[in-house]
Amino acid sequence: MSSRNIILQRLRNRTGGELTAPECDFSVLKRPDWSTAERIELFEKMIESVHGEVHHCTSDSWIERLAEVLNTRGARNLMVPNEHAIGQAIKASERTDLPELLLYDEPIESWQLHLFNEVDASITSTRGGIAETGSLILWPTPDEPRLMSLVPPVHIAVLNASEIYTTFHEAMLAQNWAAGMPTNALLISGPSKTADIEQTLAYGVHGPKELIILVIE
Amino acid sequence: MSDITAQSHHHIDVREFHPRAHAAIHNPKIRQNFRKAMDGLMAKRKAAFEGWDLETLRDLGANIRLKALSNLPDLLEQLEQKLTENGIKVHWAVDGDEACRIVRDICMARDAKTVIKGKSMVSEEMELNHYLQDQGIEALESDLGEYIVQLADETPSHIIMPAIHKNTGEISELMHEKTGTDLSNDVEYLTASARQQLREKFMNADVGVSGVNFAVAETGTLCLVENEGNGRMTTTVPPCHIAVTGIEKVVPSLEDVSALLALLTRSATGQHITTYFNMISSPRKGEELDGPEEVHVVLVDNGRSSIYQDDELLDTLRCIRCGACMNHCPVYTRVGGHTYGTTYPGPIGKILMPHLIGLDEGRHLPTASSLCGACGEVCPVKIPIPDLLVRLRQESVDGDRLHPAKVRGHGAKRSTGEALIWKGWAWMHASPGIYRLGTGVAAKFRALQPSKAGAWTDYRTAPKLAAKTLHQRMKERGQ
Ligand code: SF4
Repeated sequence: MSSRNIILQRLRNRTGGELTAPECDFSVLKRPDWSTAERIELFEKMIESVHGEVHHCTSDSWIERLAEVLNTRGARNLMVPNEHAIGQAIKASERTDLPELLLYDEPIESWQLHLFNEVDASITSTRGGIAETGSLILWPTPDEPRLMSLVPPVHIAVLNASEIYTTFHEAMLAQNWAAGMPTNALLISGPSKTADIEQTLAYGVHGPKELIILVIE
Repeated sequence: MSDITAQSHHHIDVREFHPRAHAAIHNPKIRQNFRKAMDGLMAKRKAAFEGWDLETLRDLGANIRLKALSNLPDLLEQLEQKLTENGIKVHWAVDGDEACRIVRDICMARDAKTVIKGKSMVSEEMELNHYLQDQGIEALESDLGEYIVQLADETPSHIIMPAIHKNTGEISELMHEKTGTDLSNDVEYLTASARQQLREKFMNADVGVSGVNFAVAETGTLCLVENEGNGRMTTTVPPCHIAVTGIEKVVPSLEDVSALLALLTRSATGQHITTYFNMISSPRKGEELDGPEEVHVVLVDNGRSSIYQDDELLDTLRCIRCGACMNHCPVYTRVGGHTYGTTYPGPIGKILMPHLIGLDEGRHLPTASSLCGACGEVCPVKIPIPDLLVRLRQESVDGDRLHPAKVRGHGAKRSTGEALIWKGWAWMHASPGIYRLGTGVAAKFRALQPSKAGAWTDYRTAPKLAAKTLHQRMKERGQ
């Protein structure tokens, strides 16, 4: 018999009594109906507590803010999505104070070394935020691949204030995640960190050292 | 040279608990490192649950886990079907050895020479690293704590913070000796050095091996909780990803995950959420530009289906591996993780390991507890750990005649002399006349009572019998 069938059979023929599934009441996860302003405030407080940096912008001002953020860090380049409105807008802005723009338009195998060593910053969209934990929701796509939010030392994420949910539970139900999940989905809450050496926090251990959120209100 | 409490994997005799405990208790460095870390973790957990109705949330956590377990075989089949539909290959392993062979075969089929690993306690259970090394495949840990532990050729001393037994100075020396970094107490520098060393490894690895925190049956999704990003690297950069997981990790729906996640990270490290919550549902698809082309899941039984047979022991399988029970355990805090000599230390280890290694081998584990109850009080899925410890103690001496013992190696601690004494004890307590006579005689001859009573009096004074029995005193008072 295959290991699969051995295991399943052992589980099916269990010697104990009949097991019944208890009712699960998720109402303990529910939070009061907060206003957008309250959600933004909590989101900001929570993500800043884990070293995220929040900038409040408008749909007119965010590119200018982006340029400032990059310039203060001396970024030599910025990786942008090619098709997403964010990338389109950055390219169309033709600002001279933006660093060189890079695209992630080839399979990683052909330029891995370059991505790991030469890219200073990336900017991606988000599918919303979560106020209670200060988290960003990302569903990477061919236009914004998985490593874009992981390998460059600075990750900049654009978040629409109207898409900040109160809890993870609320967000996954509102976006009907159960209907089908993408190859990879992520909650990102702050830059990469570790406390493995004597509980001392250090940032940027394997992923980005900085996470910057442009909240568009 | 490493001391007795920080032995390497090889030849650890789990039964040598007492000498290791003795050494650890007299090792101020171990005591300090653990005390400091556990105090911090307890305070952080408490703060993270502020404002929550924690009892109700824990009830929900327990119910979700029980719901999943009550339907375990069907859920596993559903998970298998969904994962397969998504393009993920599913393997089943009866024990750790079989799981190791499955991983090896996948590696060999790809001609893989190097494996990079994300944190996985199941792979520790399997002793995967050594197995692969023996097969000529390099396996490198990428979680910083695991990396440090691997450099030292040790095992993790905590399931969440593997290198918690070492302080910064010790880690600096270790990294200096093994990797040539400068001696420095600057944690940023040490972290940055490890980042640099490991980035090379991620790029060159042929296979990434990770654990799984939750496997979602409804969507065929593998969920990984982490802070460092090494888990994302491991599951994204190499061309092949193998996830190893215990069969009990499956839950019915994503909604269930939202509640368990809220409990897990707060219980573990007092974080509202970890930096990354990574949900993987398929290998790289058509247009996608990164991610592994192959994803495998190895569903590992390794004793779990035995635990599953018994209604009481079943609760053990609710565990979500948060580590809160060890953080709050007065014994763990004093003796440290290595004293147990087992993959999982602390309270969860004491109730889980006897099933994995047998109650003969793990005979001391259930007794390494004061039954203070702290573990059961903090467990986010309300596992009645103290009750399970008592149950295992009974099983280790075959002490319950009404319920035959079930755990492999039960009865290993049974001694005929002790059984006889308890039999006499029970007989005496069942007959009031004999009880009165017996206690009366004992009180009269109390001067003959020995002041030493085996191991019990090594650290305690023997209790002295009173000059008069309670019955005699009551009589004197005319009651
Ligand atoms: S037994 Fe409970 S407290 Fe201990 S690791 Fe498991 S879930 Fe956490």
